[in-house]
Amino acid sequence: MIYLDNSATTRQHDEVTGIMIRCMEETYGNPSSLHRAGLEAERILKEARNQILRASGMPRGRAVLTSGGTEADNTAVFSAARAGRRQGKKIVTTAVEHPAILECMKHLEEMGYEVIRLGVDSRCCLDPAEAESAIDSSTILVSVMQVNNETGAIMPVDELADIIRAKKSPALLHCDAVQSFGKIPLPKKADMISVSGHKIHGPKGSGALILREGLHLKPYIYGGGQEGGLRSGTENVPAIAGFGLAAEMAAKDMKERMERIARLRSLMIDELKAKTEDVKVSGPLESGTRPGECCASVLNVSFPGTRGEVILHTLEQKGICVSTGSACSSNKKGRSHVLKAMGLSDRDIEGAIRFSFSGYNTEEEIKEAAGAAAEAVRSFRKLGSFR
Amino acid sequence: MGEEHIFIVRCGEVALKGMNKPFFERMLAERIRKLLKKFDGVSVYRHEGLIFVRADSSLDKGAIIREISKVFGVASISPAAECESTMEAIGEAAVRYMLEAIEERGIKTFKVEAKRADKNFPVKSPEIGRRIGAAVLKGCKVLKVDVHNPDCRLFVDVRHDKTYIYQDKIPGFGGLPLGTNGKGMSLLSGGIDSPVSTWMMAKRGMLIEAVHFHSYPYTSERARDKVEELASLVATYCGRFRMHVINLLPIQEQIVRNCPEEETTILVRRFMMRIAERLAVSNDCNMLITGENLGQVASQTAEALVVTDACVNMPVMRPLIGMDKVDIMDLAKEIGTYEKSIEPYEDCCTVFLPKHPVTKPKLERILESESRLDCEALIEAAVASDEVVTIYPA
Repeated sequence: MIYLDNSATTRQHDEVTGIMIRCMEETYGNPSSLHRAGLEAERILKEARNQILRASGMPRGRAVLTSGGTEADNTAVFSAARAGRRQGKKIVTTAVEHPAILECMKHLEEMGYEVIRLGVDSRCCLDPAEAESAIDSSTILVSVMQVNNETGAIMPVDELADIIRAKKSPALLHCDAVQSFGKIPLPKKADMISVSGHKIHGPKGSGALILREGLHLKPYIYGGGQEGGLRSGTENVPAIAGFGLAAEMAAKDMKERMERIARLRSLMIDELKAKTEDVKVSGPLESGTRPGECCASVLNVSFPGTRGEVILHTLEQKGICVSTGSACSSNKKGRSHVLKAMGLSDRDIEGAIRFSFSGYNTEEEIKEAAGAAAEAVRSFRKLGSFR
Repeated sequence: MGEEHIFIVRCGEVALKGMNKPFFERMLAERIRKLLKKFDGVSVYRHEGLIFVRADSSLDKGAIIREISKVFGVASISPAAECESTMEAIGEAAVRYMLEAIEERGIKTFKVEAKRADKNFPVKSPEIGRRIGAAVLKGCKVLKVDVHNPDCRLFVDVRHDKTYIYQDKIPGFGGLPLGTNGKGMSLLSGGIDSPVSTWMMAKRGMLIEAVHFHSYPYTSERARDKVEELASLVATYCGRFRMHVINLLPIQEQIVRNCPEEETTILVRRFMMRIAERLAVSNDCNMLITGENLGQVASQTAEALVVTDACVNMPVMRPLIGMDKVDIMDLAKEIGTYEKSIEPYEDCCTVFLPKHPVTKPKLERILESESRLDCEALIEAAVASDEVVTIYPA
């Protein structure tokens, strides 16, 4: 299998699986228990928490361990909205967030909050000037993803922090970094950052909301008082242990790995351009780590005149896994809200395919996948041209 | 008493079938037995033209009734009480039964309807009614008699050895026991109609075999899973059956390349029918079953059906032909396939859907288009690629 759907999820590292199995077999105590078995589980938690914080570049921050990115996003958005409700009812986000944010926003609107969704340009990039006019003293939350999951576009998160400060806005800045964690350095000035384990070869069902030092939140899930009271529920120790190790591994070889992935990405673009007639890259063309560039792990392309889903199934027959738009919405009706926000034509949206890479991919795989994709596109267009 | 649930199951039309009656009854009892096999402590037997089901009192009455009502050929089901056939015993049982009904349903008025299958029973039916009615009035002070519009009709059925008392007749679907009417090859898609048409034919006693066509990779594998799940819902009524799965893509590609766009759908339909007929013949089916419905879509106009029909020799059953869509949807809801049918799937590819399909195709023109294809080879290849899956009840 050639797995090019790493923005949906990733293959778990063997080392991660190993540590999780050990944890399940040997350290099954409840971290809250007073006996030795509990203590050992608690030590594992502590170690994993430190690994995650070090990997995030916020060693003095606080990691609230969650069931994943979605829960981290929900916690951040609802806690901030509740905490700020006396100061204002205005929330600023973007039109291209993950549903884990957008659906929370819809709910907040029903509760009476005002939500401003910043648009993006045709490359999926955010204009800080637009944010500047949206953020004011009644804004209580700004939530922006660092890397868009469909296009890979990097958002100017730290610039937004500067704007919040300049405008003397009380707003908290939340960043959904699920797609960027372990791939590019996280924003330095965010108050809250969501990360997830399974996008970095860790286990599904693991994630964290990282809070900057000194930030206090009200609990989102109430109960036995775990996670410093912020997130009750017995900790998923094996998953957290696996997440910690995955985070550490991702941080360790981040630069070198991402350079390699960037080469794979350009190779894919070159191969597709050489082998198919009409192919468009959606999102920033150049990969890098700065706002306005593309995180190298994602490549969204359109083959106008084809149907992404048919290309996907054709590739699947050859053991190649890709995605159309975002995995979370590809089985719902309707077209990608991200590509729509970028102003792509229906024709380009219909023919969109997302390749997303990991450190496990090789040049040979990219060449083979590009060849197969080109072949699928050609045969589809041939059939279509009879019409 | 109270140690087991007793259900009286009535066969509808089965009772009309003269000499075949014992055969039908046996089939029916057999089906009920099969469906109730998953419960422990259930017995099913035939007695004096009725089917009796006895179940341990620990079992859920509602669940058993639901299973029995799924059996084709069942006209109605009544949870019943049983007692000795003496006036005294019947009176006592009737009072006990009504006290329960008062508690459960808060009834205030009643009427007794008695009949005696045992004509040697010394009391005649109207007299049984009167005397049992009097006993109930005496035993249940809150009840009054209302012969026109009672809250509860109390049926007293006096038979040779035992008497049965019941109030409700829960209707079944009717029809005929499965296996009493040949075997049909049903064209099953993932839509609303074809599960219903399959069900309707099975209801008339027909065994089912099915064929499903897809265009992978132009349709998704999830769409196929959906069809299998739908089929297994149908199988809760008609039992385990075999489904043939055929990829039509090679044929569709040839049609798109060589034939006029507006004829695509009707040409594809004709191929489906011919492939289904071949499979039917080699699997001992007597007829084809489709969910077609007059005028619903372009390929189901009268003219289109004539053209579709002309390519096969086997009779094509279209049980939904004269129904309105809303009625089909209602029936789909009743039999429990609707929710699954409407699950969204981008049945995705517009390449094979003509923008303006012909609604009044002419056979000569269709035959002319088909002459540009090697139909025989395409059909043979499709039949050869047949993949068979067994569908088990959900």
